[in-house]
Amino acid sequence: MHVPGETPAQAPHARAHPGPGLPVARSAGVCTVAECSRADSGLTSQPGQRRAGPVCTRGCPRTYPQPRLAYPHPRSPGLAMDPECSQLLPALCAALADPRQPVADDTCLEKLLDWFKTVTEAGSSLLLLEGSPCLVELLCQVPRAPGLSPGVLAFSLRLAGLLAAQEDCFQYLQQGQLLPGLFGEAGPLGGAAWTAPTVRSGWIQGLRAMAQHPSALRFLDDFGALDTVFSLQGDSSLFVASAAGQLLAHVLALCMGGPAGAQPGLQARDWPACAQRIVGHIEEALCSAAAPRVTQALHVLSTTFGRCHGPWGQVLWERLSPPVARLLEKDPVLAAHALVDLLLSVARSPALSSDSGLWETLAQTLGHLSPTQAGPLALGVLKLQDCPQALRTQAFDVLLQPLACVLKAAAEAPGPPGLPAAPAEDSAVVDVLLSSRSACVGLLCQTLAHLELLLPTPQRPSPWPQAALLGAAVTVLQFCRGSAVPASGVGSRLCVTLAGCVRVQRAALDFLGALSQDTGPRELLPRVFAVLLDYLASPDSSPTVLRKAFQATLRWLLSSPQPPGSCDLDPHTQRFLGELLPVLQKRLCSPCWEVRDSGLEFLAQVTRSWAGQAGFRDALLASEVPELAEQLLQDPESYVRASAVTAVGLLSGRGLHAARGSPERPGGPQSLLLDLLHVLSTDSEGFPRRAAMQVFTEWLRDGHAEVAADPERFVARVLQAASQDLDWEVRAQGLELARVFLAQMLGQPGPDCPYAVAPPAAPAPGRLAQALRALCRVRLFEFAFRALFDCDRAVAQKSCDLLLFLRDRAAPCDGPQGMGGGPDAASAEATLQRWRAGEQGQPLGPLEPEAAVAVLRALDLEGLRGALAESSDHVERSPQSLLQDMLATVGVLGDHEADCY
Amino acid sequence: MKLYCLSGHPTLPCNVLKFKSTTIMLDCGLDMTSTLNFLPLPLVQSARLSNLPGWSLKDGNVFLDKELKECSGHVFVDSVPEFCLPETELIDLSTVDVILISNYHCMMALPYITEHTGFTGTVYATEPTVQIGRLLMEELVNFIERVPKAQSASLWKNKDIQRLLPSPLKDAVEVSTWRRCYTMQEVNSALSKIQLVGYSQKIELFGAVQVTPLSSGYALGSSNWIIQSHYEKVSYVSGSSLLTTHPQPMDQAALKNSDVLVLTGLTQIPTANPDGMVGEFFSNLALTVRNGGNVLVPCYPSGVIYDLLECLYQYIDSAGLSSLPFYFISPVANSSLEFSQIFAEWLCHNKQTKVYLPEPPFPHAELIQTNKLKHYPSIHGDFSNDFRQPCVVFTGHPSLRFGDVVHFMELWGKSSLNTVIFTEPDFSYLEALAPYQPLAMKCIYCPIDTRLNFIQVSKLLKEVQPLHVVCPEQYTQPPPAQPHRMDLMIDCQPPPMSYRRAEVLTLPFKRRYEKIEIMPELADSLVPVEMKPGISLATVSAVLHTKDNKHVLQPLPRPAQPTGGKKRKRVSDDVPDCKGPKPLLSGCIPVEQFVQTLEKHGFSDIKVEDTAKGHIVLLQEAETLIQIEEDSTHIICDNDETLRVRLRDLVLKFLQKF
Repeated sequence: MHVPGETPAQAPHARAHPGPGLPVARSAGVCTVAECSRADSGLTSQPGQRRAGPVCTRGCPRTYPQPRLAYPHPRSPGLAMDPECSQLLPALCAALADPRQPVADDTCLEKLLDWFKTVTEAGSSLLLLEGSPCLVELLCQVPRAPGLSPGVLAFSLRLAGLLAAQEDCFQYLQQGQLLPGLFGEAGPLGGAAWTAPTVRSGWIQGLRAMAQHPSALRFLDDFGALDTVFSLQGDSSLFVASAAGQLLAHVLALCMGGPAGAQPGLQARDWPACAQRIVGHIEEALCSAAAPRVTQALHVLSTTFGRCHGPWGQVLWERLSPPVARLLEKDPVLAAHALVDLLLSVARSPALSSDSGLWETLAQTLGHLSPTQAGPLALGVLKLQDCPQALRTQAFDVLLQPLACVLKAAAEAPGPPGLPAAPAEDSAVVDVLLSSRSACVGLLCQTLAHLELLLPTPQRPSPWPQAALLGAAVTVLQFCRGSAVPASGVGSRLCVTLAGCVRVQRAALDFLGALSQDTGPRELLPRVFAVLLDYLASPDSSPTVLRKAFQATLRWLLSSPQPPGSCDLDPHTQRFLGELLPVLQKRLCSPCWEVRDSGLEFLAQVTRSWAGQAGFRDALLASEVPELAEQLLQDPESYVRASAVTAVGLLSGRGLHAARGSPERPGGPQSLLLDLLHVLSTDSEGFPRRAAMQVFTEWLRDGHAEVAADPERFVARVLQAASQDLDWEVRAQGLELARVFLAQMLGQPGPDCPYAVAPPAAPAPGRLAQALRALCRVRLFEFAFRALFDCDRAVAQKSCDLLLFLRDRAAPCDGPQGMGGGPDAASAEATLQRWRAGEQGQPLGPLEPEAAVAVLRALDLEGLRGALAESSDHVERSPQSLLQDMLATVGVLGDHEADCY
Repeated sequence: MKLYCLSGHPTLPCNVLKFKSTTIMLDCGLDMTSTLNFLPLPLVQSARLSNLPGWSLKDGNVFLDKELKECSGHVFVDSVPEFCLPETELIDLSTVDVILISNYHCMMALPYITEHTGFTGTVYATEPTVQIGRLLMEELVNFIERVPKAQSASLWKNKDIQRLLPSPLKDAVEVSTWRRCYTMQEVNSALSKIQLVGYSQKIELFGAVQVTPLSSGYALGSSNWIIQSHYEKVSYVSGSSLLTTHPQPMDQAALKNSDVLVLTGLTQIPTANPDGMVGEFFSNLALTVRNGGNVLVPCYPSGVIYDLLECLYQYIDSAGLSSLPFYFISPVANSSLEFSQIFAEWLCHNKQTKVYLPEPPFPHAELIQTNKLKHYPSIHGDFSNDFRQPCVVFTGHPSLRFGDVVHFMELWGKSSLNTVIFTEPDFSYLEALAPYQPLAMKCIYCPIDTRLNFIQVSKLLKEVQPLHVVCPEQYTQPPPAQPHRMDLMIDCQPPPMSYRRAEVLTLPFKRRYEKIEIMPELADSLVPVEMKPGISLATVSAVLHTKDNKHVLQPLPRPAQPTGGKKRKRVSDDVPDCKGPKPLLSGCIPVEQFVQTLEKHGFSDIKVEDTAKGHIVLLQEAETLIQIEEDSTHIICDNDETLRVRLRDLVLKFLQKF
């Protein structure tokens, strides 16, 4: 489905790092477009810059080798640029290099770079350059053009890097000293433009693209670029700082992934010079007392070890593990989060995980870090494939400690087995729990989330202390409600800190819900149900907490054990259900629509799963819940109406609906079908109408009693209402309903499995003709044909598939009678032509089966399906169109007078 | 500075502050929980109530059976309900200069104080407080007077008999001081002593202190009070709210830098969030009505009812209750609904802006216009014609002991379809329901108390930073029912001082300064001498004139002109004996230079000794000591006055005079 405003060409940027200058919403503290364009004055000099290597300050085109081809043949091998683009490129390059013609839209430049990337990936960059001398000219002019916008400058740097990624092209550019002109001191690096974060980012990204071969690595080293990159690690723009770190990691990984990596017994001194300098820099940073520097170094290392798993990695770790280990000696540990990332990254590296020293370091780190910092490390350790059992035990203890403390704070007894209780470690956790509300809440939420993540994984520790964790989750929830009785001073403080804390309530309810998947001790079930009921019934539960409570309740209900050999509920569950339904009743009357909505969703979900349970059916029918749910069909909030439609539809489908026609209902008895049809045809919002369509589809599929009485009439009425709907999802759902009806009339649509032995047998001709007549009577053809030309592609595609199936099935109808043509078909075709042209106003008129089939045949459905499969902007997305657009915006194409208004 | 605590009820306070020669009563709340010990006053003869069995002592002594009746295991006094007054013996209430009222709930004991204690002072309150307070009193008097009861029980109050009674009668405090309700005449007389004030208005009390009401955000016209002199500030916080309801928001900034903050009137239900309770209220209301039941809401005629009606206005259409009738029954229903619409300046900003549109600030006007809400003075008259069920009835009194609510309890109590929803937190709902047991109707407790909770209090105290906090003892410990909830108490540094009924607290600060004005002509005559940069001193000779607690320095009267000398001086012409004041000295004596000077003046054989406090200069020949210390210099010589004067003059040379 094409989303207006987002062309597929933009999509890669949305995923990738949003380069400076790109108008992408960012968080505070990150450079923005405004920031980039503002910072265009003032000179900055980069400290510690080396002035080694040949630096050309002019980047003179005269010294440049002339292109070998004056104008390339469009189909030159390896050059993926069509002639139209080649023709437009010089004008665009000239426009870009002209400061008087600013490029208004930075996204164009991003798209242009994307296109160049595909071109260079498909063929030789050298040929491209030779074929388009304007590019070289652009790259030459850019560093010397005063007042050029930072966006264009950054673009040029990135383009140069992209081109120089191929070694021959790098050499070619080097001959003209063009690269030093762009990336060296003579380029923007020494100029006023450097103050713009966009330019600095472009500079790094250019180098990052270029750094693909040894020559580029030498270039980096020779030109002193590395020093600049080091200093940019602390850049004020987070994008630039992050890109600098990424570049260093990339270079390191490149060095270590090279052919040298295969040779055993290598020493660090065998690395390329720039790798040695980076490692030296990292080593120095790790010994620094400044946390940001340590963090930067650790980030670079984490990224490097994440990519490089060869023997070089081992050499690197051997060299750097001592300074990393020294970090642990400080109190508090500097850059603990980054350290955890690094250690986990190293531990995941197959080459390094056999290192026993590493496990020792991990164990030591787990012991040193504060409970909040150690949590992520413990989770990471537990998720590792091969890890010593002792370390796993230690990590699990770290994760469990906070919950153990909570349990201890509330229980007078020594606490349930399964949780650690080492007093020495306790104290650190207790300190955090008591230090401040935010620290306590943070630690508990983190612990609960980590355990929830661990719960479904195969690596989760065994034995799993289900009973203790259940007890802990329940206790945490009780503390949050103020109903836990503290057994110690810690407990009293926890009581004060956690009372009414919505964040912890949500995390604990999620965790409690997740625990339902495990078979636990049955005796805890009443406690779980009691705390859930307490939350559901409490007037103080916020709507979000209530929603989580409903979700957790559903999970526990559905996982509650059934007595063997019985289709009834177990006594705990049955009792709970008896208490739950009055609460649900009250919730359905809540003045807060979110609560009514959550209640209805819960009702629908539990009905879907438990409609067959006699215990549930009896309890539900004895309550007023079904009637209340039906009353909510008139709720003023559309979401609630939609949920009510779904819930009531399900209840009705399962024979659990409220007794109709009671004297209290004004207007007398009326079928639910009519109510829902009323929603479908009159509701002002889309959600209830969509929900009604889904219910109808389900009713048709399941043979609901009211539908089964006269399915044709039902389908006709629903399709008629759906065809006029403005919401495309309702129309699409109408096609789904039509598909179900078709399947019931003609048999299932074609086999989903392409390897099916034989296609399903076609229906007998007599039955087929009968079915076709039925389809005509319910005006399914008209609905599908109209949908075929729907302005929403998804609807048209669905309709196309439906009609193709119908056409294939209708084949036998082309029998002896020869159903082709006829006046009916002609007029229908004419109407369709008009529909296709956008005149949807005219009705199709009654169609006879013969005419319908004839029209079906006449349509080029395959062709239409092909066209619909193309994205809606496939014409506008071409590079040629991009170039034209850009030229048009800078006025080169000279169409300014002819304004579209 | 002393605080006399006349009420033990934390939300119905009555304290007297003695501050700078003024005696200020802070609120006079009336504790009506005593009425829970009495049988309800039915508006229509109730066979059930009149046939309740009498209660007799265990020994079979039946002399009390006329006074005490038993209902479902509880014993009730069969008499006109009585109220528990503030202490009247702790301090002579006729000495009270002023009474400051903070909100209409806290003035219900006013007629008892102003009419029966010899009180001659002034009462200060805002206009809505007085008007709505009058309505509450009027309703109360009306509820009680319209059901005259011939019988008056007093035997049970005998201490020896009370000891034998079952709880809670046995534990009721100060029963001998319990009084019947006042009359309308007393109410009118009491209200005539009130002087109206506006927020931030500064009121001088005898020139000694200034009192200022500030918006407290709890009810229409509710206020906190600042009581300050030039150098001391006492804040009185009573019944305040930080929630956005109909009244003007609370003014917190003016409470800053208080020496003492007296904190009363916090929420009575600290665990119930008012928003959650409103939700609960409507859920239960809708549920009952959908089942065909009636809803009874016992309430006061003003306050939370405005917010509930506003929520109803927003909610009834969406809940499909548009056709449901809402009845508001109170002798003052009409006045209350009307008054609320005219106090625009006392309302929150949103409601104030509506007035300029012009629209009524409260939407209940529209409910009345569209006939969704109907109000009646009582169940008699029009109401019985319009009454249809199912319906929702708002009516008083929340104690369920008098008022129209008694009738509805009797009427609807037998059906489980009906629901009574308690929203007022002042009475325990279980105790309120006790004389109606056994009861089939559903009872829902949704106390809506918008006053400050403990989290809000701790934020407030952090912000306004008082030096000392004084509060009822109930706020210094967790509620008895939840002893582990340490979060449900005031937590501040230094810990709050607590008070209980009939206690006198000496507030922990002493007054150190008093402001004195200098008349301009006197100021003109002063010649300050700069002692060190920024500090100048001058001596002043003047007459201190004190009137109305204001102190003024006036120039000395001119010495009487000798007018012939023959005329006899009148006594009143006597002026204080005012010779020119002795000059004051300042400065310090540099010992070395002093010794040199002594030598210059012919003293020899001088010895200097250092002591702990300064120096001793010893003139051995003259057998004289000069003791120089930080704050004094002594010349000790035997009988040689000439020498002493010489030495004195030498010493004075080193000092400044002014």
